Amino acid sequence: MPPVLVSRFTATSCIGRGLDQTFAALLDRQSGLKQCAFQGIDINTWVGEVDAVDDEEMEPDLQDFNCRNNRLAQLALRQDGFAEAVDAAASRWGRKRIGVFLGTSTAGILQTEWAFRRRDPVSGCLPADFVYAATHSPYSLSDFIRRKLRLEGPAMSVSSACSSSAKALASAKRMLDAGLIDAAVVGGVDSLCATTLYGFHSLGLLADGPCRPFSDDRKGISLGEAAAYLLLERMPDSPDGDAVLLLGVGESSDAYHMSSPHPEGLGARIAMEQALSSAGLSPASIDYINLHGTATLNNDSSEAKAVVGVFGATTPCSSTKGATGHTLGAAGALEAVICAIAIQHDLMPAGPEAGQRDTTTGIQYLMSNQRQRVSHILSNSFGFGGSNCSLVFGRST
Amino acid sequence: MTLLNAYLEGVGLLGPGVTNWPQGLAILAGQAPYQQQKTVLSPPASLPPAERRRASPGVMAALQVGLEACAMAGVHPADPASVFASSGGDGRICHAICSALASGDTMISPTQFHNSVHNAISGYWGIAAGAMTPSSVVSAYDGSFSAGLLEAMTLLVSEQRPVLLIACDSDYPQPLYDARPVPDTFAVALLLTATPHPGKTIAQLRFCGDDLFTDSAVQAMDDIALEALRQSIPAARCLPLLQAIARSEAGRIVLDYVNPPHLAVDVAPCS
Repeated sequence: MPPVLVSRFTATSCIGRGLDQTFAALLDRQSGLKQCAFQGIDINTWVGEVDAVDDEEMEPDLQDFNCRNNRLAQLALRQDGFAEAVDAAASRWGRKRIGVFLGTSTAGILQTEWAFRRRDPVSGCLPADFVYAATHSPYSLSDFIRRKLRLEGPAMSVSSACSSSAKALASAKRMLDAGLIDAAVVGGVDSLCATTLYGFHSLGLLADGPCRPFSDDRKGISLGEAAAYLLLERMPDSPDGDAVLLLGVGESSDAYHMSSPHPEGLGARIAMEQALSSAGLSPASIDYINLHGTATLNNDSSEAKAVVGVFGATTPCSSTKGATGHTLGAAGALEAVICAIAIQHDLMPAGPEAGQRDTTTGIQYLMSNQRQRVSHILSNSFGFGGSNCSLVFGRST
Repeated sequence: MTLLNAYLEGVGLLGPGVTNWPQGLAILAGQAPYQQQKTVLSPPASLPPAERRRASPGVMAALQVGLEACAMAGVHPADPASVFASSGGDGRICHAICSALASGDTMISPTQFHNSVHNAISGYWGIAAGAMTPSSVVSAYDGSFSAGLLEAMTLLVSEQRPVLLIACDSDYPQPLYDARPVPDTFAVALLLTATPHPGKTIAQLRFCGDDLFTDSAVQAMDDIALEALRQSIPAARCLPLLQAIARSEAGRIVLDYVNPPHLAVDVAPCS
C-alpha cells in the first residue's frame, strides 16, 4: 500500500506543550517525571503529570464532556496550529471525508471514580451531573474531538490498552488505503487516574523513582499522561521535501497472557516484521527504533529479544518513556510524534540519563543523543492482552 | 461504485432469548416466535482453567459466538484476524473498582485490573483460539457494531486471511445502569472472507462509495420485542443486517453509526 502523508502533528505531555518544548526537552535529555502528588493518591512512585490541565474551560455546548481526559485533549488540540491545519484539510477534502480515530485506554474514568465518591448516601445513585457517554465511554474522546473540529466523517475510538493510539494510526491508514476517506485526525489521549495508578501498583509494576528503561537496575513503570495528534492525508503527487510519511504498520497478538508479554517477544517480533513488510523495507534500512521500553524487567527483556531477532545487535534504539512516563493509550501517538520530530530534526533521542544499561539485552541502546540524518524509524507499542503494534515512519526525500 | 466487498461464511449469535445462530435465524426469518429471556452464558471450555474462572459475561459470550462462526465457516479459530467492537468495557469490573476506590480500599485485585481493559475480550480470544493474528478493538458508543464492521472490511483488504468480527456488550449494574442502561449480554460474530466459496458463502456484503456514510434513516425491526432488543444493547444494532441475511433478502441496510452519519451496507444472498 502507498505511504500516507503526516501533514501536521503535535503532542503535549509532561515534557512540554507542543513541538518546540517537546523537541527542546528531548535535545536536553530532560525528564518531566516528578514524585506522585496526584489527587491525594498514596503511592511511592513518580508520574508524568501535565501542568494546568484542570484550568481548561469547555465551550458552553460541550459542557457534558468536561472531564480531565477531555480537558487534556482540548489543551493539546490548541498547540502548533493543529486545529487550523485540520480546517485547511477540511476545505481541501470536505468535512465528510475526514475521519477521527483516537486511542485511549481509560478515557474519562477518573470522572466515574469521583462520581462513585459522591453517590447519594440513601439511594446509592450517582450524581446527576455524571454523563457517562461524554466522559467515561471510550468513544467520548473521539466524539469530543470530532465536535471540536466540526468534522462529519467516520469516527471511532481504539481501546487496546497501551497499543491503542498506535493501532488508531493503523486503522486510519487502512481507511485511507481503501479510499473511504481522504484524511484522518489520529492520535491518543490518556490521563492520570486512580484506576491505573493503583492497578499497576497492585501488579507490582510501578517503580519507586523515575523509570529507567533498559537500565540494569530498572524497577518498573512511571505512569504519565499525554495527548498527541497527527493529521494523515492521502499522498499528494509532490510532497514537500521534508514531509514525514507513515510507511507501514504491523500488528499481532501474543495469545499468551493477559498482563505479561510473551517471554521470547514472539508477538512483538511478528508485529515488527509485518510493519517492515508493509513498508517494503529491510531491517537494515531502519535508522532508529523507538522502543516500547516501559522499564519493567520482563517487558524490556522480551522486547530486546524481539528486536535482536529481527534487527540483530546494531540498530540504534531507545525508549523515551524516561522523559514522558508511560502514557498508556496515548503512548503510540506521542511516540509517533517523537519519531516525526526525530525525522525533521535529525535527532535520535537517548532519553534522560539512566545509569548503566542492561548489557545482557544485546541491543544497541543509545547512551547519548545522536544528531544525524534519520530516514526510517520503527516505533513499538505493546499492551495488556498481548496487543502489539509497530509503525514505520520515513521522509519524502 | 463498490469500495469494499466481503463474503459472509459464518455467524455466531447469543443474546436475551437467543442461544445460537440457527435459533436466531429462525426467529429473524419469521419462522419462530421471539421470546425474551435472560441471556444464558456458559463458561468457555476453550480457555485454560485459570482464565476460565476469571471469564466475565462478555468474554463468555464473545468466545461462544466467535467459535460458532468459525465452526460454521470451517475456519480454524487461530487463522482469522479479529475485530472486537464494544460500546464500553466490563461494567461489573468498573463498578467493583470504583466502589472499592470510593470506600478507600486501594488494593485493586490484579485480575480485576487486567480484566478492566477494553481489549480484555480480544486478549482472552487470542489465548483461547491460539490466534497471534492482528486484533482490533474499537468503540463508537451505540454505533460500535458499525465501527467494527468498517474496521473488519478494511482489515480484510490488508490481511491475506479471513476476518472475524465480534460485537459484544454486557449489562451494567446499578448505579452505572442509570447512566448507561444496558440490561443484558448480547454478542454477534461474523466470519468474513475476501473471496466466495460456493456452498459455504451465505451472503455478500458491500460498501458502496456514493452513499456508504449516509443520512438516510436507520432501519428498525418490525417486531416490537426485537426492536426493543436492538435499541437496548449496543451490539444488537446489527439486527436489521442479520434479519436481511436470515431472510435471504437483497438490499441496502442502514445501521446506527456515529449518527450522523449512519452506515449503509449492501447485502445480497449467495446460496
